[in-house]
Amino acid sequence: MNWPLVLPIILPFAFAAVTLQFRKDFRQQQALSILGALLHCGACLYLFVKVYHNGITTTQIGNWPAPYGITIAADHLSVIMVAITGILNFSVTAYSKAEINPDLLKAGYHPLMHILIGGVCGAFLTGDLFNLYVWFEVMLMASFGLLVLDQKRHQFDGGVKYVMINLFSTLLFITGLGLLYGLTGTLNMADLHLKIQGVTDKGLLTAIAAIFMAAFGIKSGIFPLFFWLPASYHTPPVAISAIFAGLLTKVGVYAMIRMFSLVFTFDVAYTHGLLLIASILTMITGVLGAAAFNEFRRILSFHIISQVGYMVMGLALFTPLALTGSVFYILHHMIVKTNLFLISGVTRKAGGSFELAKLGGFYRSNGLPAILFFIPAFSLAGCPPLSGFWAKMILIRAGLEIQSYAVAATAAVVGLLTLYSMTKIWGEVFWKPTPKTTDPEINDQGQAANFWRLLPIIALAMLTITIGLAPEFFLKMAGQAAHELLNPDIYVKAVLGEL
Amino acid sequence: METVLSFLCGTLVAASIYLMLSGNLIRFIFGLVLAGNAVNLLIFVAGRLSISHPPLIPEAYGVPEMPMANALPQALILTAIVIGFALLTFVFILFYRAYQTLGTVDTESMRFAEPIERETVSDTNIMGGSNL
Repeated sequence: MNWPLVLPIILPFAFAAVTLQFRKDFRQQQALSILGALLHCGACLYLFVKVYHNGITTTQIGNWPAPYGITIAADHLSVIMVAITGILNFSVTAYSKAEINPDLLKAGYHPLMHILIGGVCGAFLTGDLFNLYVWFEVMLMASFGLLVLDQKRHQFDGGVKYVMINLFSTLLFITGLGLLYGLTGTLNMADLHLKIQGVTDKGLLTAIAAIFMAAFGIKSGIFPLFFWLPASYHTPPVAISAIFAGLLTKVGVYAMIRMFSLVFTFDVAYTHGLLLIASILTMITGVLGAAAFNEFRRILSFHIISQVGYMVMGLALFTPLALTGSVFYILHHMIVKTNLFLISGVTRKAGGSFELAKLGGFYRSNGLPAILFFIPAFSLAGCPPLSGFWAKMILIRAGLEIQSYAVAATAAVVGLLTLYSMTKIWGEVFWKPTPKTTDPEINDQGQAANFWRLLPIIALAMLTITIGLAPEFFLKMAGQAAHELLNPDIYVKAVLGEL
Repeated sequence: METVLSFLCGTLVAASIYLMLSGNLIRFIFGLVLAGNAVNLLIFVAGRLSISHPPLIPEAYGVPEMPMANALPQALILTAIVIGFALLTFVFILFYRAYQTLGTVDTESMRFAEPIERETVSDTNIMGGSNL
């Protein structure tokens, strides 16, 4: 067994079991959970370093040889995703110490969180399609629980919609999986890449590709399948929506990139052309949706959609530079988006609301959170020298390089509109004077500056600045990931051995 | 036989989509059950139906001595059934709690997470619901 490869999956489940034992003992539960997240973060980064030095690493569960057993494989893309998952997990778990109240702890917040992370890491690392389905379900199950853990009215409402559409999406996924198995007789992704070349009926394959596109499209929230996301992401407690925003849609994007670079590459003009149209519409609807709202987290939720458009755009263009941009964008976005949700929690704590109209004066009263908001917000909008600038620049350049002027122009304009939303939040929450209200809805106000609350935000902001000022290393990793995606033989050889 | 089962799958999916789109949580659950079964049946058919020997290899032989039925689709379906069952249990409880809390099973009137009014929330007009 290749332990570094399976630890990012095993550790969260182990700590889920351990924290469950301390459900009534809040202090120990939190301490154990933070310890678990720290170990998990370490394991993820170790795997990252290992793959950085030695290239793709694989292991066969139970020593069943490759196409028959379940393969766990880590290439550069997987390992980038896993490393960021580790970092986000630790950040959010640390933040939870300040945020999550005893009721939630008693209801099993920490065990569910660990199971969610385990499911996400499993989805990133597996090399088997059916196994991917199982990890999706693990992840979904935990996210269902987390979404309605607080048992508020709007959470049940958002939760019902989230559960409905996601269950439908997994049904689509397993339908496509069954049909693909019927055509090729294998479920190992590397083996699928080889077997699919022998399938003569390309029309049938295109139909299956479309089913997968719809299934992963729902998960990642691309146009026109995104409606569940802004209906549910603003309802749970901040820590939960932060981890959802950072990870869950990105698992969908990852699965899409994996399938449409490794398996469904027989008719790139059609499938990826469809993705390109979807990505353009996703960017536009997301950013316009955000412009229409005046609630902190609902604005951010819509921005997840428009940002997913960028990631899918890189996949759809399907050139080395575009895929580099896509991977770099995911890397930058996961950190920034989680951070913005965490900051919305800080302003919520200090101002008592998520409504922009009820907030104000934070620049004067809470200077540090104001600066901490400024960094990820303007990175999201793509202001140099922050990480979002490089991500957007690579993608736009990739679009120009192959004369896709429409998509490049869309990406640039959507970036500008993102800036509009971010300046709206900045102006309303941080700049304008504190509104004088006696609103009964404003309650549960308290001291926002708390060590556990600010530590993860500062750490993530530092990471954003680091990526912005020294993008070479991250670009190199993203470029390597893109290289592997465009040359699937490397991955296939690593999984199946010499052919 | 495969053709008949394929049509059955299609019918089940069509019925389940109809139920899911009816805008009622109870019907959605029935639709979900139907769709889950349709998909399981689909995997079963995709694995090819054949009249052959059960996939059991006698201890004396290292390899099967005659053509055997494909056991993998059944393993996949079994996993899918187990997962589907767990999800269904959760959905039942979630929808019941949602009904208790929201007082409705009609998805059209479930607007608590995304309220219709309050385009502009001001201090004076916070109760002003529009007649949408």
